[in-house]
Amino acid sequence: MADLPELDISRRGMLAGGTATVMIAASPVAAAQDKEPMQADPPAPIPLSFEVNGEKRDLTLDSRTTLLDALREHLHLTGTKKGCDHGQCGACTVLVDGVRINSCLTLAVMHQGDRITTIEGLGTPDRLHPMQAAFVQHDGYQCGYCTPGQICSAVAVLDEIERGVPSYVAADLTERPRMTDIEMRERMSGNICRCGAYSNIAEAMAQVAGERA
Amino acid sequence: MRAFTYERADSARDAAAKAASTPGAKFIAGGTNLLDLMKLEIETPRHLIDVNGLGFDRIEKTGDGGLRIGALVRNTDLAADMRVRKDYGVLSRALLAGASGQLRNKATTAGNLLQRTRCPYFYDTNQPCNKRKPGSGCAAIGGYSRQLAVIGSSESCIATHPSDMAVALRALDATVETVNAADQARAIPIADFHRLPGDTPHIETALAPGEFITGVTLPKPIGGRHYYEKVRDRASYAFALVSVAAVIHKDGTGRVALGGVAHKPWRVEAAETAMPEGARAVSARLLAGARPTHDNAFKVPLAERALAAVMMQARTA
Repeated sequence: MADLPELDISRRGMLAGGTATVMIAASPVAAAQDKEPMQADPPAPIPLSFEVNGEKRDLTLDSRTTLLDALREHLHLTGTKKGCDHGQCGACTVLVDGVRINSCLTLAVMHQGDRITTIEGLGTPDRLHPMQAAFVQHDGYQCGYCTPGQICSAVAVLDEIERGVPSYVAADLTERPRMTDIEMRERMSGNICRCGAYSNIAEAMAQVAGERA
Repeated sequence: MRAFTYERADSARDAAAKAASTPGAKFIAGGTNLLDLMKLEIETPRHLIDVNGLGFDRIEKTGDGGLRIGALVRNTDLAADMRVRKDYGVLSRALLAGASGQLRNKATTAGNLLQRTRCPYFYDTNQPCNKRKPGSGCAAIGGYSRQLAVIGSSESCIATHPSDMAVALRALDATVETVNAADQARAIPIADFHRLPGDTPHIETALAPGEFITGVTLPKPIGGRHYYEKVRDRASYAFALVSVAAVIHKDGTGRVALGGVAHKPWRVEAAETAMPEGARAVSARLLAGARPTHDNAFKVPLAERALAAVMMQARTA
């Protein structure tokens, strides 16, 4: 993988990443300078390294780069989607050290040394993760755009229930949560599906939860 | 997003010193609210001080039987702590009522306290907003104000504080602990931490520039049944129209704080003496002097009914 030229990020990726990317990255800076002529040049890019899907990756990034943009634009892992870019839709959900977060609302430079898992790291077309297989079996999507985030979130939700993390629908806070439909629906509320595949997503999750229990 | 420089702090004192001495500096921890606002250029820090490596991520017993919650304890971890679930259920429930699973995994205790209002006119940079741009006016007054404050508001601002956690902390008489650049520690009662808007709605808390929150302390458990009733436009992942944090004892006495109605968690201790008389009596005192708008007048009876629902649960439990 690391031998592929498009993944040689440190120089070539930055230069060859596409003119559009460069222009988008440059325009807000120009705008800021228009408004505040005293502002100095953009700060120097920051080197960082983290592990993505089991592989160590080194990048040098503008401080403004979100984890989501680092994954998509710099590492070309485009499975993770940009929906709202404001933490409202959940399409960008990834696992960091096993915990699900919105990758759009965190800076890449804040993840030095972290272990990141994206949809590409959960399974492959030949060896699907059980949650991926269940989504296919139960038709847990229509357009598919929210699906990588839904699947990453769903995997983490089952783990959270297993670890005993409570939710708002708990009748008794001190009891261990169970893999019920209402528990899973409440915990998946940060992942929006505009096609409305929710009931099939819930069925896919119930199947995987059943296999585990 | 505007350009900014970035560094990691070595200690709380170091963070406070850097924040106090660097123009346009801000702390970043979870970043879930700050980065949202930076993308919209509502927040435009020129320097970010990453405090995630400083520890402050534990929940410990205090000498007097209470709990000390580190500033960087994530909302999920605080809600899941068994001591919190057993003895401070109102806090656990409030946390779990807020945001989404992904956001709670990242958001911190201190960051939750410091989050900014979701008033739509604060978010719309084409509109005047005294909180975003002091002196520019308030487009919410006379605008679409269904979500906004009904009490404690001013001619300058009718925004609400969005936190659920802070409402529970107000009911629990929590204390916010800080340190400044001179390494002086300070304890701020939660009642004094958030400010009413007055004519300076851009100043939202009692913190001095650069002052760093190290943790939140809870007094020893007070027993009782704990409730957090949140009324919102959808069943999950939405801000409160009205919320009720309550601790109710067997004899009908207790404590109540409201969310979604004011610029800070709303509690009037004197109103709580009326608890054995019922929700109407409490609500009348708690919301005496309310000045709702045409759009949000429904919040006053809604708060009373939400409180009545909680008190009914307590009676029949």
